[in-house]
Amino acid sequence: MSVDATTVRRIAHLARIAVSEDEVAPLQGELNAILAFVEQLGAVDVTGVEPMTSVTPMAMKKRRDVVTDGAKADAIVANAPETEDHYFLVPKVVE
Amino acid sequence: MTAAVNPKKLIKGGLHDWEVVIGMEIHAQVTSRSKLFSGASTEFGGEPNDHVSLVDAAMPGMLPVINEECVAQAVRTGLGLKAQINHRSVFDRKNYFYPDLPQGYQISQFKDPIVGEGEVLVDLAEGETITVGIERLHLEQDAGKSLHDQNPTQSFVDLNRSGVALMEIVSRPDLRSSEEARAYVTKLRTILRYLGTCDGDMEKGSLRADVNVSVRKPGAPLGTRCEIKNVNSIRFIGQAIETEARRQIAIIEDGGTISQETRLFDPGKGETRSMRSKEEAHDYRYFPDPDLLPLEFDQAYVDALAAGLPELPDAKKARFIETYGLSSYDAGVLIAERASADYFEAVATGRDGKAAANWVINELFGRLNKEGHSIETSPVSATQLGAIVDLIGEGVISGKIAKDLFEIVWSEGGDPREVVESRGMKQVTDTGAIEAAVDAIIAKNPDKVSQAREKPTLLGWFVGQTMKATGGKANPAAVNALLKAKLGIE
Repeated sequence: MSVDATTVRRIAHLARIAVSEDEVAPLQGELNAILAFVEQLGAVDVTGVEPMTSVTPMAMKKRRDVVTDGAKADAIVANAPETEDHYFLVPKVVE
Repeated sequence: MTAAVNPKKLIKGGLHDWEVVIGMEIHAQVTSRSKLFSGASTEFGGEPNDHVSLVDAAMPGMLPVINEECVAQAVRTGLGLKAQINHRSVFDRKNYFYPDLPQGYQISQFKDPIVGEGEVLVDLAEGETITVGIERLHLEQDAGKSLHDQNPTQSFVDLNRSGVALMEIVSRPDLRSSEEARAYVTKLRTILRYLGTCDGDMEKGSLRADVNVSVRKPGAPLGTRCEIKNVNSIRFIGQAIETEARRQIAIIEDGGTISQETRLFDPGKGETRSMRSKEEAHDYRYFPDPDLLPLEFDQAYVDALAAGLPELPDAKKARFIETYGLSSYDAGVLIAERASADYFEAVATGRDGKAAANWVINELFGRLNKEGHSIETSPVSATQLGAIVDLIGEGVISGKIAKDLFEIVWSEGGDPREVVESRGMKQVTDTGAIEAAVDAIIAKNPDKVSQAREKPTLLGWFVGQTMKATGGKANPAAVNALLKAKLGIE
């Protein structure tokens, strides 16, 4: 598996990462190197082996349905570049 | 579903008739105290970002831990939809970029949902019943809320809703008209409310629908569909389908083709329009969420939840018909809301079921609607209405007086029996008293008496006069019998 320049631009856009034209070719090379590296796993025969979901066999941890969190709007918006009345402010997202 | 095409449901085009095919994705907010993966409150409203944990705000290093009640609610709902419950399901990340989605992905279930195929029976007008297939139900997180009208250049983001559990319930494309679609959502909402798994409050967004609409020549292969996003009332669902079907028919009859896209219904303008800006975002790049293990449980867990389910609408309806001798229509009206059904049963128990149903549906519901009351805030309690039904049954008051009594109890309250007693509303069954009234009327109207022998329908006039003379309290049966004897009418 490998990616072309168009795919690089598209996934950058989907992740909202600005990639300039002259960065596309180097990124394409890096991504393809990573993909080729991971692709080596394909050499292992896993016929009949169930996908592993955890290193130790364990059941998913569950919480009881009680309110234990919240009421910390100051902390929630503390790192936001811009806030007002505990709202996050972002550039307008509708026309 | 391969039901025969019902010509009455087709839409008339310029060239020929068209069949509309509808499938729905309903997003139902799970009733729970805290969120799907965090301990923040799910309460509606609240100060901005007050019901938000660091998990919901997607702060680095935070890990989701599932709320066991949300899992139970999804299983209960699956059971209510007579669906397959999957003992192993998997949470996936659905990736897209939007300011009210701080994680940059929604935790959802893609390949392995918690609930598989099921079905919903939907009653339509004229006694028709259709079966709507359910394809799946999965658990997922809701997003936050963006406000766009606070400021000319910025949007305001509130994450209170972010992370609240939703059930997405996907139907098969089994619906063939806007009426069927509305009836399906209504029924689904009733089931959810009975189960207590979603409050069904569409005004607060607890139930929202994405509607897939396509049209075809009757019996032809499926046409290209358009998805109308986020329709938030049952009435608008009907309108959106009608509008979209006609738009598609007009395009095809003009020689055009439908392009598959997401559209938005504008109730004010009565049109659907394309949401082109979101088109490219459809590459969600799902993958299993590495922060969450598969969700697994055994059949004993499912059985325990099944044992705790309340009686569901279909079963209740059948029982009302069977036990109380109600018509299918009346039973359907009574079971639409659990509170109404409970109210009816409280009135009907130990009494004549049909009489109870008549009073609840015709008098009480009529009055509640008129005054904008719900059954929960009814000024007349089930005990009071039951007493009124008893008084009629015992012959203490006539049906006509009962309506006056209902009015008094509605506006002033009180024990109906005492009201009847203290206001002298008792029906006069004492033959002596009625006879006196009858005799007086006969004595005053000799001409009518002789006419009545020729024309027995005049009996009604005499009955009316006697009732008037006794203030409506005379037992109508006794009046009739006496008059017939005295006037010599068979």
